[in-house]
Amino acid sequence: MLFKTLAKSEFQKLVEAILATNEVIGPKQVGSRVDGRPIHQYLPITSFAELDLGYETTELSAKTYFLPFQETLSSFRFGESDWEQQIRYRIQPRAIIGLHACDINALLKLDRVFERDNFPSPYYISRRRNTFIVGIDHMPGERCFCRSVGADVVTHGFDLFLTEIVGDRYVVAIDSDRGFNTLNLVKSEALTEEDTQEYVAARKRIAAGFKTKVDADNLPNLLDLEFDSPVWKQWGNKCLSCGSCAMSCPTCYCYGVSEKVSMDFSEGQKEKKLHSCNLVDFALVAGGHNFRPNRQSRLKYRYYHQHRGFVEAYDQPKCVGCNRCGHVCLAGINPPDVISDLQVEERQ
Amino acid sequence: MRYLGIEPKRPKIAVVDFTCCEGCELQLANKEETLGPFLGALQVVNFREVSSEKREDYEIALIEGAVSRADETDRLRRIRKQAKVVVAFGSCACYGGVHRMKNAYSLAAANREVYGDKPKDTDLVRPVKEIIPVDLEIPGCPVNKEEVERIVQHLVMEVPYNFPVYPVCVECKQRFTVCRYDLGELCLGPITRAGCGAPCPAGGLGCWGCRGPDADPNYEEFIASAKKRGFGEREIKERMSFFGGFEGVVP
Repeated sequence: MLFKTLAKSEFQKLVEAILATNEVIGPKQVGSRVDGRPIHQYLPITSFAELDLGYETTELSAKTYFLPFQETLSSFRFGESDWEQQIRYRIQPRAIIGLHACDINALLKLDRVFERDNFPSPYYISRRRNTFIVGIDHMPGERCFCRSVGADVVTHGFDLFLTEIVGDRYVVAIDSDRGFNTLNLVKSEALTEEDTQEYVAARKRIAAGFKTKVDADNLPNLLDLEFDSPVWKQWGNKCLSCGSCAMSCPTCYCYGVSEKVSMDFSEGQKEKKLHSCNLVDFALVAGGHNFRPNRQSRLKYRYYHQHRGFVEAYDQPKCVGCNRCGHVCLAGINPPDVISDLQVEERQ
Repeated sequence: MRYLGIEPKRPKIAVVDFTCCEGCELQLANKEETLGPFLGALQVVNFREVSSEKREDYEIALIEGAVSRADETDRLRRIRKQAKVVVAFGSCACYGGVHRMKNAYSLAAANREVYGDKPKDTDLVRPVKEIIPVDLEIPGCPVNKEEVERIVQHLVMEVPYNFPVYPVCVECKQRFTVCRYDLGELCLGPITRAGCGAPCPAGGLGCWGCRGPDADPNYEEFIASAKKRGFGEREIKERMSFFGGFEGVVP
């Protein structure tokens, strides 16, 4: 990895240069909560001023720019005796500015799922390859626990990554040739010895700044031991089965596919829609049997996929500790509390 | 117009209205880009908003509106005898709709309030399914034409239809709508059936539950979490009573 320093004024020029030729997505304030705290979303921006890089978190992750909530996989045109299929997964290049480390780690996890050797997804890969990513470090928010699941540091999976240091400057990590070339559009400097020390100090401040911690130690085994724990019933009874957790999650990728026919029966579409394991029909199969008929089993298996199933398949938890699911849940179900209850249950 | 090599059936259809505003019927006559094929897939024999035909030989009856008079009950039974398939569409036909609120008062008082000293024949407001068996229901105030099209495709060509059974929250998240609760507003989204595309929360209004309950509503937790956010029993009850979909579960 290459490192440079970049003045904030040069960074603004860089964003403006990217804006000139690309669709740009970034954290934008879209309103305020009742208690006055700002609400942010990753949305298209048209000027540097619309970016709010000091944001704590966004309501929804940037997942939708890689795995759209709804996507047409293929279209059909029916003739008298035949039909024609059309598949399009070419997209316009796009840039996302201001992703945090946890969200880039989330993309690396999705890469494992959708870019694997068997059945890679051309739809995902096309979006991923055509998206220029500029990440940024931030002081952890009240409820961030990414450090507990090893997602607070990111070493690849982006083009440029910024860490703020003194003198209104960033240290920029460069992870791709297009990142290198894009950075060359503006003026950057080589790191001095002091800059390196500044960078290390900034990273240390971030690491020390976590207020929420989750004891994820031995969690995959613990989950197996606590399969019948009353903790699942206690939290499951609260679940509204509304799927907001999975929709806001940066790594939840489960989906359903259905067909749609035009009203004149001349065309059809195969459509993919993201689904959630907490929704009542998630495990409903032909014949009417539902493998997860109650809320507690659905909630339990959500945690199993996050912290056990994914570990078995990819040697890492699926959860990146952004706590968006806990934040969005009206019933207050959140990973730090659920996992803590499981750990307590195990110690008793 | 063949589909997968099969000739369509073009069944005879009647669209009839009872106690309602005819807004759902208007939705059927809307969406011009597919109106031609929509009407072409059917033989409309009785639908006063689009045709002057007034025949009684229909196979499918699409019913809008609730029942609130004795003569409506008789008419509904005649329709059930004639039609092979009865579809209740709109919140009034499915749940009683807004006018179900009348049932909370005495009929005489309601009559006086509306008609003064010229009382009319009136009865309790009831959804269609309380009078006759209903084969399919499409709730909504108004109905989503997309869903009506899917139902018609199913009846015409046996194309399978698959309506969401989960709550509105899913569709709010999918269109980046900020949760109304974050803004300090009441919303029935967490217990109301999706499929509408969540236009109300996106437009600045919390959900009023016109589509009735989703397949597995968690009323206990929903009411508890609404109360925790400062909404009173009465406000929650009023909201849940508005379209009649939550009849019997209102606290």
